[in-house]
Amino acid sequence: MKNPGDLAVQPPEQMRYAQWLDWGTRVGLVVLLLSFAAYVMGLAESHVPVSRLPELWVHPVGRFLELTDSPTGWGWLALVHRGDIAGLLGIAILAGSSVLCLLALVPMHLARGDKAFAAVCVAEVLVVLLAASGWLPGGH
Amino acid sequence: MRTRAVGALLLLLAQPAHAGQLGAGAAPWWVWPLGLFVACFLMGIVAVPAGIGGGTLFVPIVGSFFPFHLDFVRGAGLLVALASALSAGPMLLRSGLGSLRLALPLAVLASASSIGGAMLGLAMPAHVVQMLLGAVVLGIVVLMFVARKSEFPQVERPDTLSQALALHGVFVDGASRRTVQWRVHRSVPGLFVFLAIGVLAGMFGIGAGWANVPALNLLMGAPLKVAAGTSSVVLSLVDSAAAWVYLNKGAVLPMIAVPSVVGMMLGARIGARLLNVLNGSVIRRLVIAVLLFAGTRALLKGSGVWP
Repeated sequence: MKNPGDLAVQPPEQMRYAQWLDWGTRVGLVVLLLSFAAYVMGLAESHVPVSRLPELWVHPVGRFLELTDSPTGWGWLALVHRGDIAGLLGIAILAGSSVLCLLALVPMHLARGDKAFAAVCVAEVLVVLLAASGWLPGGH
Repeated sequence: MRTRAVGALLLLLAQPAHAGQLGAGAAPWWVWPLGLFVACFLMGIVAVPAGIGGGTLFVPIVGSFFPFHLDFVRGAGLLVALASALSAGPMLLRSGLGSLRLALPLAVLASASSIGGAMLGLAMPAHVVQMLLGAVVLGIVVLMFVARKSEFPQVERPDTLSQALALHGVFVDGASRRTVQWRVHRSVPGLFVFLAIGVLAGMFGIGAGWANVPALNLLMGAPLKVAAGTSSVVLSLVDSAAAWVYLNKGAVLPMIAVPSVVGMMLGARIGARLLNVLNGSVIRRLVIAVLLFAGTRALLKGSGVWP
């Protein structure tokens, strides 16, 4: 059944964003579920054995990283073949999906002469990229 | 009868949690993700009829009653809120109930401040964050009690900024089948409010729909349905930024995050189907009671009175 709200025409950039976001979310969730299934079924060796988790997850993240020699920043990519670390791939896709969606809108806004909104899209992309960069200090 | 059933449901919610406090070291590892999945499934069911985001329930309840350190609970909480917002976003945007044009300027500031909030939250001692979380959750309870709602607020004249950015739109109201044109005002105070909301979202890992909706509806004058839909779009962007900080600091454990996300999303689907069957106001009161308990527990746990 068609959603009644669909009767009101939405701006083309909003429809494009929705379409790209839909796909990004689907891909992220599928990767998340498949990698987690492989992890709990023991199909790939884990960086941290699951049996040790209950004694480790009670610690602050800094202590957890020390005890498990786990990576920070983008260091997890080098260990993505490990069952537990592979789960981070789906999470990264979910957290990064909005970047591509926003970049897809920039040419549409520029073509319409809407420079202000093109700048807003770029600003949001830069904020998410800064967060994703791993350059930010802090932590326990 | 239904009220009793929902009450039992909410009590069940606290069961695996309470067990966690008693025997964290003795139970096999799989008990915790399984208990988390069940707890999140139940939270997802009650979150929709109660009109509150699952992420708002997740951190206070799981943080207070499960054995995981608060750092990992907040990382998972952000992912719960992010996955829910991302899943709902496309449908809301296509129907016009979510406005990308209204969401983006607010999200830029809130995303930037959520990064600061996440860094601050990960740098502060856990007991301080726990106490602050308790205070925020009790604040949410007060807000849920006193906040008014306005279905279609009157916006006499849009302000200069909202005119310049063309912050207006149209949607067809499903209940009345009426086409509703909307616009907003007070966009500068709105931007400042979202700056503060971003800090809270990043610091505590809680979805901020409880703050977004009143800010968009009562302050900026967006219709209630547009405020709720746009809040989800804002959340999807703000939580993306904050989630990266937690991911980069190693505070996201798939064993905690994935069962939570899956349980909450499945529960929310059931909750949406039960929307017309369950009594929304009764569930809302029960959820307020659970939040009151979880907020008090977080305060007492942080202060060392009830460790």
